[in-house]
Amino acid sequence: MEESLTLKKLRERFPASIIDTHSFRGDDTAVIKRVDVVDICRFLKESPDLSYNFLMDLTAVDYLQMGNSPKEGRFEVVYHLYSLKYNHRVRIKSPLTEADPTIDSLTPLWAVANWLERECWDMFGIRFDGHPDLKRILLYEQFEGHPLRKDYPLTGRQPLIGPKN
Amino acid sequence: MEKTATLARELNIREMTLHMGPSHPAMHGTVRMFLELDGETVVSSDVEIGYLHRGFEKTCENRTYHQAIIYTDRLNYVSPLINNFGYAMAVEKLFGVDVPERCKYIRVIMSEISRITDHLTNVGASAMELGAITAFLYMIKAREVLWRLIEEVAGGRGVTPSYVRIGGVKDDLPEGFQGRALEAFKVTREVLQEIHGLLTKNRIFVDRTKGVGAITADEAMSYGFTGPCLRSTGVAYDVRKAQPYMVYDKMNFEVPVGTNGDNYDRYLVRMEEIQQSMRICEQALFSMPPGPIKIDDPRITFPSKEDVYGKMESLINHFKLFMNGHGITPPKGEVYQAVEGANGELGFYVVSDGSGRPYRLRCRPPCFMIMSGVSRLVNGGMVADIVPTFGSVNMIGGECDR
Repeated sequence: MEESLTLKKLRERFPASIIDTHSFRGDDTAVIKRVDVVDICRFLKESPDLSYNFLMDLTAVDYLQMGNSPKEGRFEVVYHLYSLKYNHRVRIKSPLTEADPTIDSLTPLWAVANWLERECWDMFGIRFDGHPDLKRILLYEQFEGHPLRKDYPLTGRQPLIGPKN
Repeated sequence: MEKTATLARELNIREMTLHMGPSHPAMHGTVRMFLELDGETVVSSDVEIGYLHRGFEKTCENRTYHQAIIYTDRLNYVSPLINNFGYAMAVEKLFGVDVPERCKYIRVIMSEISRITDHLTNVGASAMELGAITAFLYMIKAREVLWRLIEEVAGGRGVTPSYVRIGGVKDDLPEGFQGRALEAFKVTREVLQEIHGLLTKNRIFVDRTKGVGAITADEAMSYGFTGPCLRSTGVAYDVRKAQPYMVYDKMNFEVPVGTNGDNYDRYLVRMEEIQQSMRICEQALFSMPPGPIKIDDPRITFPSKEDVYGKMESLINHFKLFMNGHGITPPKGEVYQAVEGANGELGFYVVSDGSGRPYRLRCRPPCFMIMSGVSRLVNGGMVADIVPTFGSVNMIGGECDR
C-alpha cells in the first residue's frame, strides 16, 4: 500500500526518530522516539504543505496486559492531529518506559495541550516536561494512584477526604 | 489622583477572590471557578472540572463492546444518540464492516433530531440566564415534541435511548414516523420563528451577548475548539462536511459560520444549525431506501428478539454473543472515529487486543477542549457575563468529566 504524504515527509525529515509507520483502516500512524516529539509536532504544524493546526486529542495507552515489557515501553502517548487546510488526520505515538514515563510538553504549540496533558498525568501518571502547572484535573489532589493504568483495580478504594477540623 | 489612592487605602480596596460553584444555581454543570475580581471585572480565573467524573473509560475497558453502549448514552446526555452512533461506528471501523444503507439513513435522521434537541436546550437555557424565561419555555415545548419522536423510535426519551447496536440499530422506524416527524418539524419551525422574534433583535439580549466572550479563530483552534464554538469564529469546520460519514455526503446542507466568535454569534450559528438539521432530516426521510437495518453477520450483530424466541439458530447465536468470553471480537488494532457531535468533534479511539472487551476506549469530548478555553473567554469581562458565556459554550458535565 502506498504511504501517505505525511508519513513520507516525516520519514524524510526525521529518519532517525521514526520507529515505525503504518495505516490500519486508513488511519495514518507514526511511532516516534519521545525525544523528538516537540520537533516533530512543530514540523507537522508549521510546514506549509502539511499544516496540522489542530491537536485534536492527546491520550495514552497502558500496554501492561498486552505483553509489552515495562522496559521497552509500557505506555504509549497518543496524539491525534488534524489539518484543516488539507483535511487530513495523523496519529503520532511515542512509547515510554515504566521507570521513566516522561515526555516533553506540547504546551508551547497548542493551548489545549495544557489540559490534555493534565488529564494524561491524572489518569496515567505520565509526566510532561515543561508543562506550566502539571496537577490533577478530573480527580482530586489527595487521590492515590492513576486509575487508567492497567494495574489499578476496577474496584479500587480511596481514603475519604473531607474538610479538616 | 492622590485623593483616590488615599481613599482606596482607607477603604482597603484590593482584588477579591470569589469561588463560583461547584453547585451554583445558574450553572448548568457542576463546575467550579476561582475568580480574581477587581470590582466587577474579572482579572483572572481558573476553572476546575471533574465533579461528574465517573470513570467512563475505565468502566468500558472492563465491559464487552455491546455493554459499553449504555455508558456512551451518558456522555453528552442532551444528545445521546450521536454518542451511540459515534461509538458504534468506531467499533465497526475496527471490524472493517459497513452497515446497510437504510441503517445509515436512520442514523442520520436520529443524529440530527438529537442535534436539534441539544441546540434547543442550549439556546433556551442561555436565553433564560439573561432573563428570557419565555424563550426557554418555548424551546422546551419544541424539544418535548422531538423527544416524543425519539421515544417512539428508541424507547427511551432524551437521556437514555441506547438505540444503536454494533452493526446496525435496534429496530426500524415505527409506522407513520415520517408524518409525525414532519409535524414535529413544523412545530419546531414555528417555535424558532417566535424565538427569532423574541431574541434576535431584542435590545437587552443583543447588548448582553454581542462582543461578550469573544475569541479569535486562531486562538479557538489553538484551544482545540470544534463545533458551533469554532464555527462562530468563522472557521467552517464540520466533520459532516469535511469527512462525511454515514450518508451526509448525499445530503444538501450549509455549514453556518459567524464572524466575531462571541456569544451572539454562537447563538446565531446554533439557530441556523437547527434549520439545517431539519433540512437534512427531511431529505433523509424522503430518500430513505427500504432494506435491512443491520449487518447480516451473526458474529457481529444480535438476532432480532422474535427470532431468538422462535428459531433455534438465533437462540444459540444470542446465547453465544451474550455469554462471558463469547461476545463480538474485533481484530487487533486501533482506530479513531470522529463524528460531529452537538458541541463539536466527538471522537472515539478504540484499541483492541483481539478479545471481547475494548483494551482501551478513549472518548474525545468536545466540551473538554472548549472548557479549557473558558478562562480565556471570561477574563477581562464582567462577573455578570460569566454565566451567559458559560451557558453559550454548552458545557455538558457528563461529557466533559466522563
